[in-house]
Amino acid sequence: MDGHTEAAAPLLDVRDLTVKFVSREATVTAVNGATFSLRAGEVLCLLGESGSGKSVTLRALMRLLPKQAQVAGRVELGGQDVLALQGKALRAFRGGEVAMVFQEPMTALDPVYTIGQHLVEMIRRHKGGTKAEARARAIELLDLVKIPSAARRLDAYPHELSGGLRQRAMIAIALSCGPRLLLADEPTTALDATVQIQVLILLRRLQQELGMGTIFVTHDLGVAAEIADRVAVMYAGRVIEEGPVADVLRAPAHPYTAGLLASTVHDQAPDQDIAAIPGSPPDLRRLPGGCSFAPRCGLATEACRQAFPDPVYPAPGRMARCLRVADVLPSLIGEPA
Amino acid sequence: MSAAMEVQPYVDPRDRGGAAQPMLIARELQRYFRVKGAGKGAVVRAVDGVSFTLFKGETLGVVGESGCGKSTLARLLLHLVVPDSGELVFDGDAVGETGGVNIGDLRRQVQMVFQDSYSSLNPRMPVQDSIAFGPMVNGRSKTEARRIAHEILVKVGLRPDLFGPRYPHELSGGQKQRVNIARALAVGPRMVILDEAVSALDKSVEAQVLNLLRQLKRTLNLTYLFISHDLNVVRYISDRVLVMYLGQVVELGPAAEVFARARHPYTRALLGSRLSMDAGRRIEAPPLVGDPPSPIDPPSGCRFRTRCPHAESVCEARMPTLGHWEDRSSHVAACHMTTPDSGHSLAGSA
Amino acid sequence: MNERAVVAQGAIPADSEVDGAPAIRVRGYWQSVLHRLRYDWVTLAFGVVVLAIVIVAIAAPLIAPFDPYQQSIVGRLKPFGWRGHPWGTDELGRDMMSRLIYGGRISLVMGLAPVLIATVVGGTLGVIGGFAGCLANTAIMRTMDVFYAFPSILLAVAISGAMGGGMINGIISLSLVFTPAMCRVAETATAQVKNLDYIEAARASGAGTLTIIRYHVLGNVLGPVFIYASSLVSVSILLASGLSFLGLGVQPPEPDWGLMLSTLRQSLYVDPLGCALPGIAIFITSICFNLVSDGVRGAMDVRG
Repeated sequence: MDGHTEAAAPLLDVRDLTVKFVSREATVTAVNGATFSLRAGEVLCLLGESGSGKSVTLRALMRLLPKQAQVAGRVELGGQDVLALQGKALRAFRGGEVAMVFQEPMTALDPVYTIGQHLVEMIRRHKGGTKAEARARAIELLDLVKIPSAARRLDAYPHELSGGLRQRAMIAIALSCGPRLLLADEPTTALDATVQIQVLILLRRLQQELGMGTIFVTHDLGVAAEIADRVAVMYAGRVIEEGPVADVLRAPAHPYTAGLLASTVHDQAPDQDIAAIPGSPPDLRRLPGGCSFAPRCGLATEACRQAFPDPVYPAPGRMARCLRVADVLPSLIGEPA
Repeated sequence: MSAAMEVQPYVDPRDRGGAAQPMLIARELQRYFRVKGAGKGAVVRAVDGVSFTLFKGETLGVVGESGCGKSTLARLLLHLVVPDSGELVFDGDAVGETGGVNIGDLRRQVQMVFQDSYSSLNPRMPVQDSIAFGPMVNGRSKTEARRIAHEILVKVGLRPDLFGPRYPHELSGGQKQRVNIARALAVGPRMVILDEAVSALDKSVEAQVLNLLRQLKRTLNLTYLFISHDLNVVRYISDRVLVMYLGQVVELGPAAEVFARARHPYTRALLGSRLSMDAGRRIEAPPLVGDPPSPIDPPSGCRFRTRCPHAESVCEARMPTLGHWEDRSSHVAACHMTTPDSGHSLAGSA
Repeated sequence: MNERAVVAQGAIPADSEVDGAPAIRVRGYWQSVLHRLRYDWVTLAFGVVVLAIVIVAIAAPLIAPFDPYQQSIVGRLKPFGWRGHPWGTDELGRDMMSRLIYGGRISLVMGLAPVLIATVVGGTLGVIGGFAGCLANTAIMRTMDVFYAFPSILLAVAISGAMGGGMINGIISLSLVFTPAMCRVAETATAQVKNLDYIEAARASGAGTLTIIRYHVLGNVLGPVFIYASSLVSVSILLASGLSFLGLGVQPPEPDWGLMLSTLRQSLYVDPLGCALPGIAIFITSICFNLVSDGVRGAMDVRG
């Protein structure tokens, strides 16, 4: 029917997710009908630049958006309707079923509480138990994320730890209640290169060991290559390409993905200009009719500006929303990898 | 030799020594910051004995992680932060000393482009006024400064009538960064220091700005000092690369050389931390464990020894020096392994 | 990988063409503040009241029905409407309405002048203190702290008492009371702006400190300073009235609301409503200024 072959029901199913921020001045449609799914034990990367809607999507999955946000669509986690959760069920859901790792550990952690207090509170809220039990579990978790001298670090305040350790602590807090779904919002963007690779490898290993579904938001193709099984490329609030990461990075089907690949600096010849995508990401208050990428696309035709392209399935497991997929792909299939 | 082959290189009227004289020579620059409340006498050794030469017309890339001192170094070169010791020689003249070039003159010839943050442009000033500020301060009239601002806006690819009157919050990240570049170029410098100038931009916009920087360098005969933590960008844009660790230079050499045959273990670790763009060839083990140590209390001797797989007793005892470099093609590293007769088991003999 | 071919095909528009016209009208900071105020009914309504008070005070000679100094032995403490006095007379037979209208002039001057002086003096000291080195900054700020340590009323009374009464002395005294607070606000704002990147860029362009202050710092410091100053006006009106009530401000026979309260106090049981009028005037004026300043602060707080 739709070209996908799914062995089992997905862990997370997102259909037509739409998030609008309405203010007196303008209505911003941050997410405009995003559709994707995640299987248990899979790592999906939401790839996009600023304004693509990737962070808003992530927060919508955990119901972390402010009240002014109008959320529509369907989000199902293991059959449970996430958007309909209220009160106690919602509180148990957040942290218990789904946990998030944020980009800036310095602002995501409360500076007046120690790491240990964060962990113990989290564990006792979702699993109960005595303080001593929670503390023991906290030490286990810090060991899991490879924080040395775990027992001593429990009593450290966030500002006493280095950036890499803080991020690991945040991962430990996120994992403390054994969530089925881990959401990560650019967790390594603020870290140094040598620390970033450590944290990425740690996340990869933890995900393999614990088997939770993971959604990773990033703007960096390199991060996607290192950690993802599948990648969903977002632009102006929509998922415009999706597929296994190796395939998408080797042979993109959407001109935007192709442009992103070409413009990411990696081993280009120094004496040539980088093939940059002209213009800037669109203003979400005034989206053009038709394909939102058309103003910047070298392959755009009149048909592209009429209506937003429907999904096309050029290969099993791959999706792209573009009328010119045929022109993007064949020029690349057959190229040496 | 036919006339068609020999193209006279452009010579700036302010040029004093010709192409052979380096644009900038830094010798043993040092700057410590006192830390409040962390105990008496605690200092951050932000820049600790940095020496290098910047040749005219080249792009020198400076890489390092947080705490390595590269941003402080940038500010030392412009005397925005005054060095505790060390000397700076700009085009043959000592900086800040009588008989040499004074700070005001230096700032007319060397400018800096900052990272695009919310504080890089005055939020209350239209963009063209921010750009015109430099020329106006340097003696131009208001109308002439505005004209210069418009000219520069065209050069960076922004239409002056459309973008000039805008305020910073009405611009995208890439546009703001073009404005930052325009502001630096408005006073007509010969050298530009770019401090993480593309780090905060989306990747597609980063590519645009890098192309623009290359083009401007050609058309305006500029010399660049490009500071970044992103190795791929540095590799692309630099002729030579300088690697910093905890306030010191650990490696210096031509970009292609350093990236292909790095001589310092830290450089090798940095290069090994670069993310592969190929999902089939993932990095399995991190090249370095732990976080960079704090610049407040660096390890004795070689500062990298606490994380170096090849550290020996000589590394704790003596700080390695960078070694002598003669010209642009020299490739040196501050490591006992590469210094003959240093006492390290892997060092050769002279 | 041949993405270059894909991207380079076709006519790719130049950057500035793609961006086209700005999405929102180009609007300066103050214009955007005014724009936001347009939707704030409460602030606008009270702003109209403030404007009315000011206009009435300025147009006093044209509006006041009687001479505010004209006494009448016979017509003392008369009720509303007696012989053409819309709001009755005071204890010396003078027309209440005229005295209130003329009194508005004095109260407004006593309210605005000290705040203006304090803003200029305190603001300047604060900007200097924010930019100056450690020693000068400490000297200025700690001196200010000494004055700031006293409760404002006590300080005003003490200074006025030492200098003697009268309007000028009252203005000077209140200016001294408000200057430390303005200085502190200006210094904080300056210190926040001083370390931002664009100040460093301005220094790198070769600008001297004064030029930087003039072009870059003042514009950003004026915001917080203005907000604080506007909230001080209502306090100043109250304090000035208090000083006059205590006999330390305006002297009789000048019509001043605080002074009127003091002299009418003895007649409280005879003509309660008349005695309340100056108090009501002080209350309304002060509150209106307060609410308007709150509203303006709300409009100014939003970034961009």
